[in-house]
Amino acid sequence: MDNNTLVGLAGILASAAPVVFAAIGETITERAGITNLSINGLILLTAMAGFATSVTTGSLLLGFLVGAVIGALVSLIVAFSSIALKQSQVAVGFVLALMCRDLSYFLGNPFMGASGPRVPPLPIPGLSDIPVLGVLFFRQDILVYASFLLIAVAYIFVYKTRPGLMLQGIGEQPATAYVRGANVNRLRYLYTIIGGALVGIAGPMYSLSVKVGWKGTITGLDGIGWIALAITIFGGWNPLRAAFGAYLFVLLQWLGLVLQPSLPNIPSQVLQVAPFPLMILTLLLVNIGNSEWVDRTLAGLPEELRRFIARVLRAMRTTPPAALGIPFDNE
Amino acid sequence: MLNKTSPVYKFGFQILAIVGALIFTTVVMLLAKAPPLEAYRLIVIGSVGSVGKISDVIVAWIPLLLATSGLLLTFAAGLWNIGIEGQITLGAIFTTLALRLLQDSALSPALIIIIGFLSGILGGMIWASLTGLLKIYGGVNEIFGGLGLNFVATALTIWLIFGPWKRPGVGSMSGTVPFDNLLWLPQVEGLRMSWWSLGIGLIGIVVVFLILQGTYFGLRLKAVGKNGRAAFIIGIPTGKYMMSAFFICGAFAGLAGATQVLAVYHRLIPSISSGYGFLGLMVAMLINYQALWAAPVALFFAALNIGSIQLPIVLKLDSTLSGVLQGALVLFVLMMDGVRRRLTAKKVN
Repeated sequence: MDNNTLVGLAGILASAAPVVFAAIGETITERAGITNLSINGLILLTAMAGFATSVTTGSLLLGFLVGAVIGALVSLIVAFSSIALKQSQVAVGFVLALMCRDLSYFLGNPFMGASGPRVPPLPIPGLSDIPVLGVLFFRQDILVYASFLLIAVAYIFVYKTRPGLMLQGIGEQPATAYVRGANVNRLRYLYTIIGGALVGIAGPMYSLSVKVGWKGTITGLDGIGWIALAITIFGGWNPLRAAFGAYLFVLLQWLGLVLQPSLPNIPSQVLQVAPFPLMILTLLLVNIGNSEWVDRTLAGLPEELRRFIARVLRAMRTTPPAALGIPFDNE
Repeated sequence: MLNKTSPVYKFGFQILAIVGALIFTTVVMLLAKAPPLEAYRLIVIGSVGSVGKISDVIVAWIPLLLATSGLLLTFAAGLWNIGIEGQITLGAIFTTLALRLLQDSALSPALIIIIGFLSGILGGMIWASLTGLLKIYGGVNEIFGGLGLNFVATALTIWLIFGPWKRPGVGSMSGTVPFDNLLWLPQVEGLRMSWWSLGIGLIGIVVVFLILQGTYFGLRLKAVGKNGRAAFIIGIPTGKYMMSAFFICGAFAGLAGATQVLAVYHRLIPSISSGYGFLGLMVAMLINYQALWAAPVALFFAALNIGSIQLPIVLKLDSTLSGVLQGALVLFVLMMDGVRRRLTAKKVN
């Protein structure tokens, strides 16, 4: 592998870090049974607010803190409207997605094109000199290390700890979890806020590291949140698989950029949206196994072929937490 | 003491919600160190300050009303047709295509315009059917199928503008070559609005109102939306009804796109849908999916959009302030509705 490719791949790991944060944040929220549809606007708003904070105060840490707090607060609105006010999660989330986007453009106007701080790279002494792996994994900045850590922690938390099992419980069978002593709605608040804070960190990860600065509508972040929501489904609500989806998405984007010079007839805007049809296709692949007509069609096929297709579909298929989007009433 | 289920009580909460949204937007402006009263004044003058402005509001109202009308049907079927932006865009692309193919033919301009409208309707229906097929046969949630197709529609527009349909010389963000005056929907002398498109918009919402209030189709559609499984069990083919809702909404969206080309821009531009699809979703939520209120609330939202154009010019503020206010209105109305229901439920207990 030549050095250019290696640097490119290292760049993919770095650009995917915010997507990993957003997708895992949403995964945790949805595991608890709440769909937070606001995250596309949330990423824009926190990117702007984090950047503005860091420009004004000179502190990177404050920028991320502000991002996390805004993420938590906006997500709290989703949780509160859904749990306490019994309003549609989709409706409230969608309105917040649009409103946060407009807020970011309106409030970010004075910071357009301002020069601000950037998170410095942090090579790990010793490890960064390992051939190949050093360039890939150990010459990144602290955010990329944090994204690796988040994948591991989220995976272990969801599948290997008691609170993680409870988290699965309140998303799958809230009534059972309630009987076993879980305060379902309080936990749903908690995980929506934690998930929202993680999404809120993804914004400043862009504006202070991956795509430094704030440029309003041409910042190019509009759409990332919707992709992160799709990755959550693609990931089957499993943090590990969600992270894989995030890397896959950024790899495809990078390929689009690399292929650009050899396809001069296709405007760059078209290659930029290439991930979206692929997103639909992957959602189709992970969902189609759930359809009844597929079973019926398969039944007519020769046994060998039927088994093969059924196995492939089952391997890809994902099913959402059973109580996703359904309010829980403990009476 | 007021009766807690009375319309007056409900109305009071809606007023509270509107006040809340105005306070929120004012605070946002103070954060941006902007003069709120001056900004509100500019929005009012910019939307109803002259006959020209009022006509501009009506120009924005029509596609928004058409989008809202279509969405009332998908909402009735319990569907979130976020893909409506792409459906409007495809309507505009199909209309442009028809006009480009026929503009040098011997057909009369009136006939070409009619074919343009029909073609736009077809474009919107095709794009909506993709979301519908993905949802009903592929199990892909209509929100994500629709969103993906929105981005694809935008890319398609940009590819056409910079590729096959580019202006002589080099393609530009200002769009394709404008069509001949003869292919414009007749406008009111000296104004940008057209009685024809106004008529289309008003007929549209009346048709939707009648479908929802006075037909078995509308009744069954609502049954599918309220409880799909129960509707299926009593013999309503839910898949077919959902697909019909997508088709009709796509037709309305395509009509909105056709209007944008035939009556407003007279060419294809990159952001031809102008965000009216998403705004239509907001209007539908704000009116709690009641067709009766679609026209006035859409008119108000259109006025906010047009009025806020003054903000960047005079106050150097971003015109997305109108979006903030619209979003705040919907959010506060939804939340106050929840608060009211909570209070009413407590009283009953």
